[in-house]
Formats: sequence, structure tokens, C-alpha cells
Amino acid sequence: MIKSRFGQILIHVLLIAIVIFSLLPFLNMITTSLIPNAFVLPSEPQIIPKQFYFGNYTSVWKGENFSRYFANSVFVTLCNTIFTLFVASLSGYGFARLNFPGKKLIFNIYIFSLMMPAVLALVSQFTILQGLHLVDTYKGLLLLYVSGGVAGNTFFLKGFFETIPRELEESVIMDGGSKWTIYRKIILPLSKPALATMAIGTFSGTWMEVFTALTVLKTQSKRTLPIAIKLLQNGKATQWGINFAAAIMVLIPIILIFIVFNKQFIKPGGNQGAVKG
Amino acid sequence: MAVQHATVSQTKKQNKKFNKQHKEALEAWAFIGIGFLLFAAFIVYPLLKNVQMAFMNYSVNPNKPSTFIGLANFKKAFIGGGILDESSKFYLALRNTLLAVLITVPGQWFFGMILAVVIEALSKGKMVYRFLLYIPVISDWIVVAILFKYIFQDTRGALINSILLNLHLIKEPVMWLQNEWTGNLVIWALCIWKGIGWVMIMYTAALQDLPRELYEAAEVDGATKRQQLFKITLPLLASRTYFVIISLIIGAFNIMLQVMLITNGGPMGKTDVLLNYMYNKAFSSFDFGYAASISLVMGVILILVSLMQKKITKNTEVQY
Repeated sequence: MIKSRFGQILIHVLLIAIVIFSLLPFLNMITTSLIPNAFVLPSEPQIIPKQFYFGNYTSVWKGENFSRYFANSVFVTLCNTIFTLFVASLSGYGFARLNFPGKKLIFNIYIFSLMMPAVLALVSQFTILQGLHLVDTYKGLLLLYVSGGVAGNTFFLKGFFETIPRELEESVIMDGGSKWTIYRKIILPLSKPALATMAIGTFSGTWMEVFTALTVLKTQSKRTLPIAIKLLQNGKATQWGINFAAAIMVLIPIILIFIVFNKQFIKPGGNQGAVKG
Repeated sequence: MAVQHATVSQTKKQNKKFNKQHKEALEAWAFIGIGFLLFAAFIVYPLLKNVQMAFMNYSVNPNKPSTFIGLANFKKAFIGGGILDESSKFYLALRNTLLAVLITVPGQWFFGMILAVVIEALSKGKMVYRFLLYIPVISDWIVVAILFKYIFQDTRGALINSILLNLHLIKEPVMWLQNEWTGNLVIWALCIWKGIGWVMIMYTAALQDLPRELYEAAEVDGATKRQQLFKITLPLLASRTYFVIISLIIGAFNIMLQVMLITNGGPMGKTDVLLNYMYNKAFSSFDFGYAASISLVMGVILILVSLMQKKITKNTEVQY
């Protein structure tokens, strides 16, 4: 450890420089979103806002229909978070506490699948949804989302459930309760921190998901926020003010979650990679 | 008589045991069933179907049948020929994917680890720095990709050009996104900038988990700081390092959105990566069979990486 006062100050100076360098692009973005008609790049980069013009935000919210996309995103994200919590906690309990033939094999396949980028299966997933007539439906999108989350979240929750002492279940077994009662009365209430971590990870992951949504959803009114932003780039790529106003709208819920739950993110070993894009 | 009795009760016991196992397996399937069905139907089956599609001229139109064409899709990627030479584009995408792994993984790892160590050495303000440096990690890829496209614009007023001009490092604004290597550089810079915070947090956790008793014992035995670093700290950080490196490698193979939004592979596919190339082949050119074969190539590369990783971790497990 560096104990000297001089050393400490030196590190602080260095770190402040790194933080400024790292966050400068964000300041640039926020300021640009507050300038009217930023079609052309100004001659100097705008870092500190000199005016507070919210026209870009209102035109994105109303004119570009982002209020609709925002609602769509909230709906899809909440549904996926709830379904994923349900399916993964059931699976996690099954793998943590019960024995059945093929357990090890299935679990290894789950872990193996985590290596594969989700996009790799997207082409054939699309053809399967096409066969089921589920293209351009939220049902199809959610099926892909929930299925995609099974392996990783089961793995995560199994690890946590295994740390719960088995003795706690004995009272239920004495009363002749079933496995379902144990799951509901013992496991779930004791796993709130893990379930919360997982919910946050799933929520922010779905909120930011682009390619599955872009591939499955076709109708304009069904779009979620990230694809609305991506498609805004096609038509109005040089209207930076509008683009950044939209981008900040997507970012705000994530930043809010981060501020409220920052312990969950930064906590040592907490959600390893759960939020890694 | 007594012997017979014993065997009967033994079979009864076995039966009971069998029934109990049977019952437990049924109960287990009630719990894991939904997840497994979804996983099998929408992850495993697509991956298997993808293998089949890779050998077909796949038709998206249900009225037009798909035909089996053997290795033609792979030939198109690896050997090429014909008027539209896809092979050179495929090799560019493959090269850029591998380069991205070779450059962004050490970049993120090195800076992230240094930051973790430096911040841990502070007496005040640790949490503030960690919080601020983690903001790029949680931000949407789509937002930061657009942001990087903006700060690397080719005008004088764009953030990066302006800083470099003011520092007199360049005389004329650089056309970052229009050239092969500067375009790739922007994509790598984005990946490194966004990933450092994650590595930092992983190592912070590892540093805090180090067992203090070991250091105290080493001190008692007269080990120097240097010996402690090489004999305790580094070996104990090794297992975490493998986890971090593997995650970073997987992440680097996942690069796609950055490329799609910043350069979309331009100029002439020179900044393209495999996933983006595959996606465009499927959903812009509607060549699903060819896209599936690219996806299979990528899958094989990832399986090889994971096998290599298994071999390495087996040799270096540390226990304490």
C-alpha cells in the first residue's frame, strides 16, 4: 500500500484525469442534445451546456413516436424479467436439490451454450419462428428472450440455492410438505438478494437488446427503444441533437437502476458478468 | 425360510428405493421441465438446424423448396471464385474478428487490472472512482456506438479531432471512419473503453477476497513483500484471471453492433467482423444458407477456444 501523502495525491490527480477522459464523450453527448438543430457539427466540441433547449427531446418523444416505443420496451422488458425469474428459479431449484438421470449432462450443455453468442442461432431461430407464424409478435420475441436466459440464470441461481443450509427445509419435510412448498416457503424468500441481482441483470439486458428485436419485430408500432434508435440512424443520422436526445432517453432508466442498486453492481463477485454487454 | 424372507424384504427395499428415485426424478422434471423445453426448442434445435442449413441453399419462401448443396457455402467462403468474390470479404471479416480479440482483450485486461490495484491503494474515495469508471460498462452498446461515431467524425469540431489538433498531434482533421485502419482503431478503442470498468470490478473483488491470514503467516516466516507478491498474490489471482480473460475473449467474438453502427464494415468490408457479415448476409441479402455456414465456422472457432481454455485451466488450478 502507498502510505505517503504525496503518493496519494499523485494517484488522485491521475485518476481524476482518467475519469474526465472516460466521461468526456458523455458530456459531449448531453450538451449536443441540448442544442437546437445540430445538423452540422459545431466548430468546437460542446462540453459544458451553455443553453438548455429541450426541443430535441419533445420532438423525439412526440414526433418520432418514442412515447410508444418506450411503452413497448417497458412491456417487453417487464414480461421477460418476470417469466425469466419464474423459469430460472424453478430450474435452479431442480438442479440444486433434486437428483434425476441426465442431470450432469443437461447442466453441462447449459454451461457449454453460454460460450455461444446469442446472434449465432438467430438466423435459424428466425426460420423457426417463421414456421410457427410468430414473426412480428411479442410472443415470438419473448419466447426467444426467455429461452436465451434459461442456461445462464439457472447456473447463477443453482449456485446461490446450494448455499442455503438443507436443515432449514426439514421443518417443511416434517410437516409433510412437498418440494413445491420448500421452493415457495424456504428457497424463494431466502434468495431475495440473488433474485434481485438476476432481475436487475435481466431487466437491463432486455432493455438494451437490439438484434433479436430487430429481427423478430417488423411493424413500426411494435418497435422497442433500441431498434427505434437504430432505425433513427438510418434516416436522420446527421441530426445529432435528435439522435442523442433519443439515446439519453434509453440510457436514463439504466443509469437510475445503477444509482439505486450500485452496490449490487459493484459488490464483489455479485453478478459476475450478468450485466456485461 | 429365513433366507427367503430376507431376499423378499431386500427386493421390497430395492423397490422402495427405486420408487423413491423414480418419484424424485419426476418431481425434478416438474421443476426443470419448462426451462429445458424452452432451451431445447429455441436454443439447441436452432443450433442443430443451423448446421443443416449450412449445407443447403435455404429458401425463405415456403413455396420454394430448399435444396441440399453440399459444401458449396463453405467453398464460397473459403475458396471463392466467380463474379462476386465473397471469399475476400469473408477473410477480411475473419481477420478483423481475430484482430479484435488479440487487441481488445489484452487492452481491457491490462488497464482494468492496473486501475483495480491503484484504486485499492487509495485511502479515500475508492467507491466514487469505481462508480464513475463503471458508467461506460452499464451504458447501452447502441448509445455508446453512436456516441463514438460522433466524437470520431472527420470535422475539426468533433471531440477527438479537436483535442488532437489542439495538442498539435495532427495538422489536419483525420478521416477516422473512412479508412481501413483508423476505422478498426475506433472500434477497438470503443471496446477497450467500455470494458475496462468491468475488469476493474472483477479484480477489485478478487483483491478483497485474498485471505489475510496467509500474508500474516508469510510475514511471520520472514517473507519479503516481493516474495509475497510472486508467491501469494499472483498465484491466487490466477484463477480469476482465467475467468476474466475467457469472458473478454467471448465478448470480443461478440463484436457486431459497434461495427454495424459505426462503419457497417466500410470501406469495402475492411472493418467488417464475422457476426456483422453473417447478419447482413442473412437479413440484407437473404442468403440464409451461406449465413448459417458462417455461423457454423464461428461456432467451431469458439468450441476450439473453449477446449483450449479447459486444457489450460486444468493445469493451473490453485487451491488454498
